[in-house]
Amino acid sequence: MDFNTTDEQTMLRDTVSRYLADTYSFDNRMKTVNSGKHWNPAVWKAFAEELGILGAPFSEAHGGLGGGAVENMIVMEEIGRALVIEPYLPTVVIAGGALKAAGGPLADAVIPEIIAGKAIIAFAYAEPQGRYNLADLRTAAKKDGAGYVLNGHKSVVYSAPYATHLLVTVRSGGGQRDKDGVSLFLIPASLKGITRRDYPTVDGSAASEVYFENVAVGAEHMIGGEGSALPLIEQIVDEGTAAVCAEACGVTRVLHATTLDYAKQRKQFGKAIGDFQVIQHRLVDMFMEVEQAVSITLMATLKLDTAERAAAVSAAKSKVGKACKFVGQNAVQIHGGIGISNELAVGHYFKRSTMIEGQFGSVDHHLRRYEKLIID
Amino acid sequence: MDLNFSAEDIAFRDDVRAFIKDSYPPHLNGKIEEGEELSKEDFLSWHKVLAKKGWIAPAWPVQYGGTGWTSVQRYIWSEETARADAIRLMPFGLSMVGPVIYTFGTPEQKAKFLPGILSGDVWWCQGYSEPGAGSDLANLRTKAERFTGDDGKEYYKVNGQKTWTTMAQHADWGFFLVRTNPTAKAQEGISFLLIDMKSPGITVRPIITLGGEHEVNEVWLEDVIVPADQRIYEENKGWTCAKFLLAHERTGIAGVAASKRGVERIKSIARSELDEGETLIQNPFFKRKIAELEVDLSALEYTELRTLAGESSGKGPGPESSLLKIKGTEIQQRITELALEAAGHYGAPYFRGFGEGDNEHPIGPDYTHRTAPTYFNMRKTSIYGGSNEIQRNIIAKMVLGL
Repeated sequence: MDFNTTDEQTMLRDTVSRYLADTYSFDNRMKTVNSGKHWNPAVWKAFAEELGILGAPFSEAHGGLGGGAVENMIVMEEIGRALVIEPYLPTVVIAGGALKAAGGPLADAVIPEIIAGKAIIAFAYAEPQGRYNLADLRTAAKKDGAGYVLNGHKSVVYSAPYATHLLVTVRSGGGQRDKDGVSLFLIPASLKGITRRDYPTVDGSAASEVYFENVAVGAEHMIGGEGSALPLIEQIVDEGTAAVCAEACGVTRVLHATTLDYAKQRKQFGKAIGDFQVIQHRLVDMFMEVEQAVSITLMATLKLDTAERAAAVSAAKSKVGKACKFVGQNAVQIHGGIGISNELAVGHYFKRSTMIEGQFGSVDHHLRRYEKLIID
Repeated sequence: MDLNFSAEDIAFRDDVRAFIKDSYPPHLNGKIEEGEELSKEDFLSWHKVLAKKGWIAPAWPVQYGGTGWTSVQRYIWSEETARADAIRLMPFGLSMVGPVIYTFGTPEQKAKFLPGILSGDVWWCQGYSEPGAGSDLANLRTKAERFTGDDGKEYYKVNGQKTWTTMAQHADWGFFLVRTNPTAKAQEGISFLLIDMKSPGITVRPIITLGGEHEVNEVWLEDVIVPADQRIYEENKGWTCAKFLLAHERTGIAGVAASKRGVERIKSIARSELDEGETLIQNPFFKRKIAELEVDLSALEYTELRTLAGESSGKGPGPESSLLKIKGTEIQQRITELALEAAGHYGAPYFRGFGEGDNEHPIGPDYTHRTAPTYFNMRKTSIYGGSNEIQRNIIAKMVLGL
């Protein structure tokens, strides 16, 4: 057993952390959010060229750093700490994960584009009726000669307004929630017949409702087998979920540290509010939540390539979801009024931690999945 | 003991229900359900209807404009207005400064200020909290120095800063806690002043909160001249008014009737949202959470009724009202948590300042549009009116004798 990072991994953390500390201040982030663009191409360029982190989980053969899940975890935790809104999660972790797992010509073509910062990929998996069931799909791909025709509507696709590609889950056969008949496509976002309604999200990003109307797609855009992509989709969503847990560790660590600092500074009744036992115990409870979130995220990350993957990820996400709520709510509570002001960073960390609670499944969803996998 | 309404109460309820149905301004329909932000005009349009009817201040004594209703009738009234999704009136005049004025004010002050509160012609705000005086309200620094003017009358010169002043951007008048004796101990040396918000030297600056709302403000006072006859009660005894007002604020804060509507809304959302091919309300986890919420709300409701019964027997709202504040706000917050959870992916889109057009492509169901901002916004409830930690201190000290 070894919980130490390698020298390369430590260096990766230091590089990302230093870059974000130097350039990704809260003020700069808010400038990007308020610009209406909700991402900063210069940051993405730096991720690709200065830091080289867009290649972190990819093989050296593809031009990457030869890392994997631990590298994604390290980057995502730093992303959480700085409240980064640029699309590392959908592009590198999720789409990158799908391409890595599937291999073949599409992977050979797109992975180098990801690493170079040229391919920005949004993950279009949610649908209005589907909630967290990845197979509950109405968006359909119908065979048409050598290719397919896509029709349907995807909900709340983060980063879609500026993505170059869409990673789309579709039903190519079977009934609406069948495990069989699910396929996965990686397609250019500019294909004819794709329309979007774009909007900002409460946590500072941008997303879209994406509509497909008779979109002609060549068979070479399919990842995994026709109608048999659900296991691959479950795998990449689990990898994405573990990555979001890592992001949550960063977010909640900052929430705790900021609140601890505030409790030491803020004076009421002639002393620091951190001198009151009720505040002390609350900060201790927050600390314990963060530590346990970090532990279980590490566990899930290290089990991503094992048969225990699904249960480990659901265990982690349920625990992390609770930590996000507890730490987020109490950070605001201990800050008092200013915790609710939009001017301070703490409120924005709270908003992100709140959105993470539901991302890729609520606490209940993951506990239910855990029950089915382990208890039943 | 009897939990049932009398025949008179039922007749009263029917009257109230018919009145609301006939008189509630139609343009306000749906605004509460969808968590929309309300304008000053929205608040006033309902206020004026009630003022005309004479039902604007059910809690006030009859001689000052109250309705003379029993506590059960007042309970029915709040139930029925919540049931109809009527907007909640701003509390600053009706529930806060009004009772202070008719309890502690001079006949002249009552004559001058009470009519405007009832009619809605005067919008009030509350100048309590300061950057250094939140939970520790008595630590306030805004100072009022007394002097005799050239006209021979008495005045105060007020300097300081207030914060978290709700709806000050609309306010005509504010009631302020100010320090009139800098050498006295914390609670002593504070006075309760009514200040015209148009006075020279007052600056109101917006504070934007997490959901993007402009509800609260900073209020800066620089050499603001206030006639001494705008002080309520004795100089340096303002804390008496403040304590009285805080206890009043806490009873209304339980928000039982509104929370009942909130629970109904969650149920209706959960009946239309889908989960694994069924409706969300069939999800045993979600259904259990609604059941727990409803049970807790019931316990709170009967606790409030017991408290009200005590109040009508002349005991007045005491430190027990802190219990109502804590449990009431916890329930209000849980309702917003469940709404956000029910919204699923559609909790994320942010609609403020976002064009409405393009009806062809809606962004999720309407009821999801404000779930996240409302959830963020409602975190304030466990902070304002004396944080829930402070309320527990009050119960520990005043009720349990610890």
